[in-house]
Amino acid sequence: MSSPAQGVKLSEKLGSYMKYRFLLQELIGRDLKVKYRRSVLGILWSVLNPLLMMLVITAVFSHVFKFEIENFPVYYLTGSLIFNFVVEATSNSLTSILNASSLIKKVYIPKYIFPLEKCLFGFVNMLFSMIAVLMIIIILRFRISWTFLLFPIPMLYALVFAIGLSLVLSALYVYFRDLMHLYGVFTTAWMYLTPIIYPESLLENMSFIKYIYKLNPMYHLVTCFRSVVMYRQVPSLEQNLICIGISLLMLVIGLLLFRKLQDRFILHI
Amino acid sequence: MANEFAIKVENVSMCFNMSKERLDSLKEYFIKLMRRQLNFTEFYALKDVSFEIPCGQVCGIVGLNGSGKSTLLKVISGILKPTVGKATTIGSISPLIELGAGFDMELTARENIFLNGAVLGYSKKMMEDKFDEIIEFAELQDFVDVVIKNFSSGMVARLGFAIATITKPDILIVDEILAVGDFLFQQKCERRIHEMMAGGTTVVIVSHSIDQIERLCQRVIWLEKGRIRMDGPVEPVCNAYKGL
Repeated sequence: MSSPAQGVKLSEKLGSYMKYRFLLQELIGRDLKVKYRRSVLGILWSVLNPLLMMLVITAVFSHVFKFEIENFPVYYLTGSLIFNFVVEATSNSLTSILNASSLIKKVYIPKYIFPLEKCLFGFVNMLFSMIAVLMIIIILRFRISWTFLLFPIPMLYALVFAIGLSLVLSALYVYFRDLMHLYGVFTTAWMYLTPIIYPESLLENMSFIKYIYKLNPMYHLVTCFRSVVMYRQVPSLEQNLICIGISLLMLVIGLLLFRKLQDRFILHI
Repeated sequence: MANEFAIKVENVSMCFNMSKERLDSLKEYFIKLMRRQLNFTEFYALKDVSFEIPCGQVCGIVGLNGSGKSTLLKVISGILKPTVGKATTIGSISPLIELGAGFDMELTARENIFLNGAVLGYSKKMMEDKFDEIIEFAELQDFVDVVIKNFSSGMVARLGFAIATITKPDILIVDEILAVGDFLFQQKCERRIHEMMAGGTTVVIVSHSIDQIERLCQRVIWLEKGRIRMDGPVEPVCNAYKGL
């Protein structure tokens, strides 16, 4: 085995992944424990939180703004599930390298572990929140079909996309701490550009936005998820290809950038 | 092992850019870039350092503050990537660079043992097997399920040492850590390092305590301002160093 400081071949990379799989598990376990330590309801919050948010948003939007969306609670929950996962995972990843600085300075660990772990942690959370979606579907007697069972596929697209974006953000954040403040503003804008609380038709009728809203990767991820869970449709081949394309593109960009920058992290943290 | 060396350091130089002010924000960076004020002063923490440590040797590194000892250890452990040259190591490395790095203060001793074991690249099964041994060595039987933010610093250090030395690594890297804990625990640590040495582990020790170096090592490398000033058997090097 050669030193970790050397360039490694693919087989060794896989070997090191197997070696660090236990670390990934432990880190995810730690995040879960720390997040819910001393809260009475613990992990139940992952289910309760989206439910309560949904109640607030539904109350506001069915009385104040009045969009015409059928089954608004399901519409909102499905959209926010994917959106919140990507935002939570990437925001947590943003600071992950810096937060792990005490570790990175003392032990050799492949650094991609940290953003990857935050994304997987977010993914676990999303699976719990999926219980909330199921509960609402049952309570409202919303009709679903077998396509519902395809829900992990769009989730996986979102996961790959989130990992790619996380690699970019976490690497850049080491150099530019402004990113945290910028990203907060960015995600707010992102939320309003994505049809989560309003119908998609709204975007189609806007003069300028209608040309560009499909460039938003989140739009495709959310639409794909909704179509299987809510609209009882198998996503078209085109829809699938778009989702796979943007996720893989993001992942490749993330990997390349991260690899280029990672050796110098230690000088800046 | 077929290889005669455990650690091979070839022409390693480590250069840090010391900017006069740290640029941590995008705005600052662009302003400086525009004004062409992005000047860095280069600082070499290590300059053209080469040596080989054969398997099983115990090698001490001495030098004044800022002579590059810790940087060298970090290069060997793979934490820092050298600017020039390369460091090759053969076998598993256990770096004891700071005890308890990677502990999460919000978790209990039990949870931290597994977390830290994972950080060091151990498997889950192994940690389960060795769990009692770790607790026993660290003398923390009564505190297994206590959150470690409530631990004293000595307890944290004991736990860190116990976890890091639970396996017999091929290479052990020790940075000034034997200065922690009370003298009983220090003796215990030294005994454990002796056991490892007897088992054929290659050890690199950085210490300001010349006594300790003389007691443990077979060879000493003296660093001065990032260069090797002297390299050889313990007695001549230590005497020369003490004669500073």
